[in-house]
Amino acid sequence: MRKKQYRLERTHLNSLLKLLREEGYQTYGPVRGELAMEWAPLTDVGELPRGWTSAHGPAHYRLENRGGESLFGYRNGPESLKKFLHPPRARIMKAERNGGAFRILEDRPAAAKRAFLGVKPCDVAAVAALDRVLLNDRYSDDIYQANRAGLFLIAVHCTECAETCFCASSKAGPQAKTGFDIALHERLDGAMPEYFAECGTAAGAALLEKTGAPPAPPEWARELADACALAAGAQQRKVDFSSAAAVVERNYDSPRWDDIARRCMACGNCTQACPTCFCVNFEEHSSLDLQTAERHRVWDSCFTQNFTYIHGGSVRLSTKSRYRHWLGHKLARWQQQFGSPGCVGCGRCITWCPAGIDITAEFEWLKAGAPAAI
Amino acid sequence: MIPTAVGAALKDHPFLEGVPERLLDKLSQLAFEVTFEEDQIIFREGDPSSFFYLILSGLVALELAAPGRVVTIQTVGDGEELGWSSLMSRVDKQFRARCMKPVKALAFDGARVAAECEEDHEFGYLIMRRILVTVAERLRSTRMQVLDVYSARGGQIK
Amino acid sequence: MSLALETPAAAERSVMEPVAARLASVAKETHDTFTLNLEPPEGDPVAVFQPGQFSMLYVPGVGELPISISGDPERREQLTYTIRSVGQVTYQLVTRRPGDTIGIRGPFGTAWPMKESRGKSVLIVAGGIGLAPLRPAIYHILRHRGDYNRLVVLYGGRSPRDLLYKKEFAAWGMLPDTQALATVDYGGVSWRGYVGVVTTLFRHVRMQPKETVAMLCGPEIMMRYASRELETRGIPPEQIHLSMERNMKCAVGFCGHCQMGPYFVCKDGPVFPYTSMKPYMDLYEL
Repeated sequence: MRKKQYRLERTHLNSLLKLLREEGYQTYGPVRGELAMEWAPLTDVGELPRGWTSAHGPAHYRLENRGGESLFGYRNGPESLKKFLHPPRARIMKAERNGGAFRILEDRPAAAKRAFLGVKPCDVAAVAALDRVLLNDRYSDDIYQANRAGLFLIAVHCTECAETCFCASSKAGPQAKTGFDIALHERLDGAMPEYFAECGTAAGAALLEKTGAPPAPPEWARELADACALAAGAQQRKVDFSSAAAVVERNYDSPRWDDIARRCMACGNCTQACPTCFCVNFEEHSSLDLQTAERHRVWDSCFTQNFTYIHGGSVRLSTKSRYRHWLGHKLARWQQQFGSPGCVGCGRCITWCPAGIDITAEFEWLKAGAPAAI
Repeated sequence: MIPTAVGAALKDHPFLEGVPERLLDKLSQLAFEVTFEEDQIIFREGDPSSFFYLILSGLVALELAAPGRVVTIQTVGDGEELGWSSLMSRVDKQFRARCMKPVKALAFDGARVAAECEEDHEFGYLIMRRILVTVAERLRSTRMQVLDVYSARGGQIK
Repeated sequence: MSLALETPAAAERSVMEPVAARLASVAKETHDTFTLNLEPPEGDPVAVFQPGQFSMLYVPGVGELPISISGDPERREQLTYTIRSVGQVTYQLVTRRPGDTIGIRGPFGTAWPMKESRGKSVLIVAGGIGLAPLRPAIYHILRHRGDYNRLVVLYGGRSPRDLLYKKEFAAWGMLPDTQALATVDYGGVSWRGYVGVVTTLFRHVRMQPKETVAMLCGPEIMMRYASRELETRGIPPEQIHLSMERNMKCAVGFCGHCQMGPYFVCKDGPVFPYTSMKPYMDLYEL
């Protein structure tokens, strides 16, 4: 059966938000913060960053107003959906002491229903990547599971990319193919944008039907594919994921890692901005009277000294070994572990690296044994 | 041919595995069997090196003493050699060798074996090669011990 | 009083939630190492383990650590752990008193290949505290003695006073078709056993390499040279198994800390065939 396709106007988007709220969802959208794009509660499309975009480069990010009526011309800010699905800090348990004994207090994560409007294809793919780690592997993380179960995704295809984007390499974009409830293509040929909407799930289909939007002209699907192909072709950065395992293995002792380490500050910005980096650490908190203790889970980074600590010392002592681990995991070993790359090509790690280290350029250098032509 | 019990023991000793008969013959003429009782001292640290032993059975502790402690740094037992320094000129014994269990061994006058090595380089090469393997093994073991891998710090250098 | 009963049943528990177990006894093994016997709630799956697996032990307000199970897998009423006090959490664990509560999650990880080793000889090579995760394998073999050929236990420690389970170890050596040899890095005057690294014991082992399964646990440097040496001595690499140690915070593959090459040591290990580890063991700072 052919998927039903709709022609939406701005008012239909508001209907979507309204309908979602009626179904108990908190609705979120990309909102312009003081210095960067953020994910924030959104009840009306008027709050979307109309006319705004941003310029990206290694260690460079600037919001720019270019005017016009586009609601989704924004580019990804440092935040992804990771902070909602896999929160930076979460209490995982609580214990109450009674002398030398204690009891564990039940502490099940509350299910959250959240709908996101305007998610870029790379971030949709990032959710699928997190699913493979935290949901569909040997064990399921109950916090992630609770947040994930209540997730509703309205994706927006990309018809223009930031300078740092390389989603065509990871095949996450620029056209979202899967993983969304609804996907939108913002068409800017008229005076006011129109939206080509497709559903990815039954829930998405039901919601679109309820908006009362008319069907989309049949040629819109093709025009979407063409526009995305054009965007893909314009991407300057590329990563050959199929060769990643061999490149990483072959270059284990490459002096390039030392060169990177002279630039890398091991700050961990790349891992925090990455929409798929999932590593966490645990913290113990006791009340002053020592009667209760809480265990918290917090985001961690493989760039920290203690990340690999075992009695006696840390396995990865040098910065070069930590960068090598991170790059190797993202591009190569994640594929061995979970069947697809841990990198979706969003380019955040390039933009938000204070030293402007570019994972694509470093990989290209290792692959070719020479600097990449960027 | 090697008719003697000494010769048969030589032939079976792992230290000499694969050594041609001609050279085993030569060695057997230099060898004699010795026994030591439990706790008997075979040699002391600082003794001029004299004998080289191939241990047939038993266990010998190589010890070092400092005020307040005597440390065994290595044990050698059946199938191993003891006293390789006796084959080098002007090297005194580095450790004390004490029997932890009664020991039976083949003993060689180090100086005579060394002289024979000088005389017959093929013989000398085979002996030296085997000594080197032993010394390399001891060196490797010593490095591992120095790393102190079982300590609470897991072999990390402070 | 059994507070443990207030722990939610296993089916309702998240993988991150410990079950409260009662500390039955603490026994001093050496100057810094203690064996704890814990009583989990009756019938709780936390107590059903295979040799080589580990649990996460938790002291509220202090922290949680992966600890190998060192007891008999067929004694379900108690879980036994041998813990060396080297840090804050291990110190807190070994200084608990009988009757106190300790949190347990698990069991986690892969096990020693007990089934695959049937009909073969088993060579156990342990270093330091590494004997603890191997002891359940030894118990299993001794309980099912007819299923296995020879049993050889080689054990290297720092000094005689650091050796674990001394009486038990001596008893193993007295059993038929069993060798139990210990060596130390530094011996004192009263030590009448071997002195030297654990590989120096290999020459005393009597078994057919091709029909032998080797199980190794100890400091990584020791396992590296021991596995190389065993391969040289003719044990097929796929019959050599190692228990690896990495920083394991969650035990279920979520925290990312324990990665070693393509593996998560917590869920893909800790027990690995040497064939899997070989490409990675010699890579520095992997």
